[in-house]
Amino acid sequence: MSSSLSGPLHDVAGDAGHEDHPPRMGFFTDTSVCIGCKACEVACKEWNLVPEDGLSLSGMSYDNTQALGASTWRHVAFVEQPTGRASRTDLGMPGIGPPGGAEPPAGPGQETDSGEGGVRWLMSSDVCKHCTHAACLDVCPTGSLFRTEFGTVVVQEDICNGCGYCVPACPYGVIDIRPGDGRAFKCTLCYDRIGEGMTPACAQACPTESIQYGELDELRERAGRRLGELQEQGVDGARLYGADPDDGVGGDGAFFLLLDEPEVYGLPPDPVVTTRDLGSMWRHVGAAALGLVGVGVASFIGRRR
Amino acid sequence: MAECHPVGFQWVMEAKRKGATIIHVDPRFTRTSVVADLHVPLRAGTDIAFLGGLVHHVLENDLDFREYVVHYTNAAAIVGEDFRDTEDLDGLFSGYDPEKQQYDPTSWQYENAPQSPAAGERDPGQPAGPAASQEPEEHESARSEQTGSGGPTVQAKPERDETLQHPRCVFQILKRHFARYTPQLVAEVCGVPEEDFLRVAKALTENSGRERTSAFCYAVGWTHHSTGVQIIRTASILQTLLGNIGRPGGGILALRGHASIQGSTDIPTLFNILPGYIPMPHAAQHRSLEEFVAEDAGSTGFWGNMDAYTVSLLKAWWGDSATADNEFRFDYLPRLTGHHGTYDTVVNQIEGRSPGYLVVGENPAVGSANGKMQRLGLANLEWLVVRDLTMIETATFWKDGPEIESGELRTEDIGTEVFFLPAASHVEKKGSFTNTQRMLQWRHQAVQPPGDARSDLQFYFELGRRIRAKLAGSTDEMDRPLLDLTWDYPTEGPLDEPDAEAVLREINGWDDSGDALSSYTQLATDGSTACGCWIYCGVYADETNQAARRTPHWEQSLVAPEWGWVWPANRRILYNRASADPDGKPWSERKKYVWWDAEQEKWVGEDVPDFVADRAPDHVPEEGATGPDALGGRDPFIMQTDGKAWLYVPTGLADGPLPTFYEPVESPVRNAAHRPQRNPALEDVAEPANPINPTESRVFPYVFTSYRLTEHHTAGGMSRTLPYLSELQPEMFVEVSPRLAEERGLEHAGWATIVTSRSAIEARVMVTARMRSLRLGEQWVEHVGLPYHWGANGLVTGDSVNDLVGIALDPNVHIQDKVGTCDIRPGRRPRGPALLDLVEDYRRRSGAHPAEEDDA
Repeated sequence: MSSSLSGPLHDVAGDAGHEDHPPRMGFFTDTSVCIGCKACEVACKEWNLVPEDGLSLSGMSYDNTQALGASTWRHVAFVEQPTGRASRTDLGMPGIGPPGGAEPPAGPGQETDSGEGGVRWLMSSDVCKHCTHAACLDVCPTGSLFRTEFGTVVVQEDICNGCGYCVPACPYGVIDIRPGDGRAFKCTLCYDRIGEGMTPACAQACPTESIQYGELDELRERAGRRLGELQEQGVDGARLYGADPDDGVGGDGAFFLLLDEPEVYGLPPDPVVTTRDLGSMWRHVGAAALGLVGVGVASFIGRRR
Repeated sequence: MAECHPVGFQWVMEAKRKGATIIHVDPRFTRTSVVADLHVPLRAGTDIAFLGGLVHHVLENDLDFREYVVHYTNAAAIVGEDFRDTEDLDGLFSGYDPEKQQYDPTSWQYENAPQSPAAGERDPGQPAGPAASQEPEEHESARSEQTGSGGPTVQAKPERDETLQHPRCVFQILKRHFARYTPQLVAEVCGVPEEDFLRVAKALTENSGRERTSAFCYAVGWTHHSTGVQIIRTASILQTLLGNIGRPGGGILALRGHASIQGSTDIPTLFNILPGYIPMPHAAQHRSLEEFVAEDAGSTGFWGNMDAYTVSLLKAWWGDSATADNEFRFDYLPRLTGHHGTYDTVVNQIEGRSPGYLVVGENPAVGSANGKMQRLGLANLEWLVVRDLTMIETATFWKDGPEIESGELRTEDIGTEVFFLPAASHVEKKGSFTNTQRMLQWRHQAVQPPGDARSDLQFYFELGRRIRAKLAGSTDEMDRPLLDLTWDYPTEGPLDEPDAEAVLREINGWDDSGDALSSYTQLATDGSTACGCWIYCGVYADETNQAARRTPHWEQSLVAPEWGWVWPANRRILYNRASADPDGKPWSERKKYVWWDAEQEKWVGEDVPDFVADRAPDHVPEEGATGPDALGGRDPFIMQTDGKAWLYVPTGLADGPLPTFYEPVESPVRNAAHRPQRNPALEDVAEPANPINPTESRVFPYVFTSYRLTEHHTAGGMSRTLPYLSELQPEMFVEVSPRLAEERGLEHAGWATIVTSRSAIEARVMVTARMRSLRLGEQWVEHVGLPYHWGANGLVTGDSVNDLVGIALDPNVHIQDKVGTCDIRPGRRPRGPALLDLVEDYRRRSGAHPAEEDDA
């Protein structure tokens, strides 16, 4: 088991026991250039042989995928927002940058005299975050979920016994049990491709380089530069999500550049690894167990008297 | 473009990253709008008014690239005294015949232009609508394509006034013609506020000129209109005035519908052209090869060599049998006897004149306008062959089409014998794709086709072999063209596939010793060369498949000449002589591309120069020179007979020498720009199943526009059958604005019925602020947005939008409007005969009726 359950962790693969491992690999998804083509969803399913996940109209803009799940490992969210009045969602929650809702943004969706208010259409391709501290992995009793040498988190379907502990453990609601199958599935960051030096299927298919694959350290630098560019251009809702090693999951292996609050995209604003307190819990359990043993011993001693 | 061409859109995103401004002009707020700097919604079908406004803005404010305009366009050409503009004749040009709804273009000519016998011969009849096809010998095919890629013939060098002050010079005519296209008119017609319009005008003009260039990208949003050709013309005028043609970063880029639609016009599947845009000969006018090539052989520019291109094509097809003595078998070529376009064919089917139909890679029962007419045609055939990857609606209309459900047709009454042949997909065969940039890219076979599926190449090769076997020994002269064909491609692989590279080599051509040619300039008139498509000559140069080259861009120059092969001559930008100034120097260091090297005495640069290699910029051709010899050193538009870009088209278009705004055939408003409501030269299609909604109808108050979604492919045969695509857009839906939803009581995610005088369909409702309500003065215009991918077959099914669409055609290329008028109401549509009652009720209340038989 991992020796570290929360907080910054530089060598995640080493922490998991991989000696002499390659650099940590990950995704940077820059939603500011996503065009919502869903090529990532299709490429993922084609490569990983993920089954079709339902044929019903959601009514949620062009998002008929709706959520990540056992049979959806990439999910492009489509968020339609009115502009002109309040340009961005202000949830009154802590966030990066100045509070939103000032001037309507110049650019697409601007309000015009001729029609009703303008519209902004946010698109973002969501995926498993490959957390630095992955609760799914921590709770897995069979070792089906494991940390790879690339620092990613993979579930092995031939070992999974379908206990489902990982499902509530994930702070993002990513991993799930496939109905009719019983086992858990999620993004593997194309473990079978990256081991061969290939790019994961979704990033390979992305026409606008919204999904970028690479060494995590380098991606974080790149994302920082991109954020600076956007802020310089006056895109004041832009922020990184999951890039901070000090956050509740120790930073994500798959992180994002968003144009609004995470909640707008259906992402938790402040995810915390659900096994953060596992160590202290065990300590408490241990102390309690010791206490019980003590009581038991004492009772035997008492009886002898 | 992001919506329909997401892969190509990566280059737009790359340009944006480098600082380009992206403007999206579209009634819809699409995935393109999301990343554009500016989205400008306009009323569907008003593009000429919008673009005309930009032309006006450029001319009114002297923002044209004057040196380019004076030297490289026909702005200075003087037009004859007989010409009258729409400004003079209340919205019509001179030469209009209201009886025939046609123009006689004679008065549009340049001053002192001889009544060119060539042009006269080429246009002896008048274009006619499909209804007139009973008397084919009197009628003409599409004029614009009939003149081939050189455009029509004009007097080589018109009178010019390079001060551009002569009142009858093209520049002054242009100024007067577009004077009324003010920002106010744009607002009134398009529903685009003046300030938005001016933002576009500013961005465009500030990014054009010596230092900067701008490009236009368009797709069927421009072409599928009864004024489609003139929409493209307006963009051409604008780009030419701004100096954005023949220069890096400029141009007008047509995004074609399928992977190789460009290829299927180069090596055409169209009725009126032969490979390389050589016009199809006409039965009455072209009795001999001499007559056929005479029209162009004398003209100036590279089209003057059309005789060599034609003879080489005949040699490629009929080989040794084609000799000078028998005119290289010119009489073997089929001849036009009238219109044979797709909608003419459908009318002929309905009226019982066309018994057989081969449908390949197309699904007209879903994908073509007026689905009912398509299916009534299919139901009236003797035989129908459908070759496709999946069982598409065109192959099953007889058992589950909408007319079966409504009771209009009964399966037992349909005599059509249907043959369905499974086809191989693009990964199951090799060959080339030609993309919008004219680039051929070779595709290798990845897997063998499953079961009985075969490539199109094998199908046609085998069909030819079997027909020839049946005709073997025939003494009937009629069979000679088939029996004398060179039909001897080598075969390979377990399925005996014809070798696609052998076909490519034949397209490229060879000389009399059998060696592959390297350039179309080698083509000869004496029969010593064979070439299947002159513009592709060079694709197999050095006996190498040049289309298969894949040198990565980081191993070569910016232009990347070693990736694939681009026709003609591997030239990446056409007319690139225009990237240098009249003296042959680059317009600017920043936009340097091709220039004259005085020391080497030739044109050099990044690309293959699109000019006579050693023709100096100051060259003045000799009097009476023809062909390429007639090109002066400052004539970059080498395919035009005068070497200039045409701001004004003196001959060759059926509906006027300049674009003029007319409303779509069905419109909720009166034409605010001109008196005529519709394109005066429109071709009506008079069929009972094709009634047209009246203008300003209160029964049909909304504008519908049909379009595509990223998730599906055209008529759905390649996407509704696949789970991974079907789940992304699983149901037919209609997009409406919140205002329209309120007005008609439509509930989000509920059902709505959309009605035109052709039919009614149902769809789930998507209420979205992405659909913008547009204000035209005091009037609001609402769009009903209809993705057209659904039909009765596949994993996800739904009603077909094309059942709503009526047919009235652009007179140049015979394409229909993709917009029209409709009503929308809450709830699902009636089933069975009740559907017909509903539509009939709408027809009665609106007064909609088919065009008169003699209209055309």
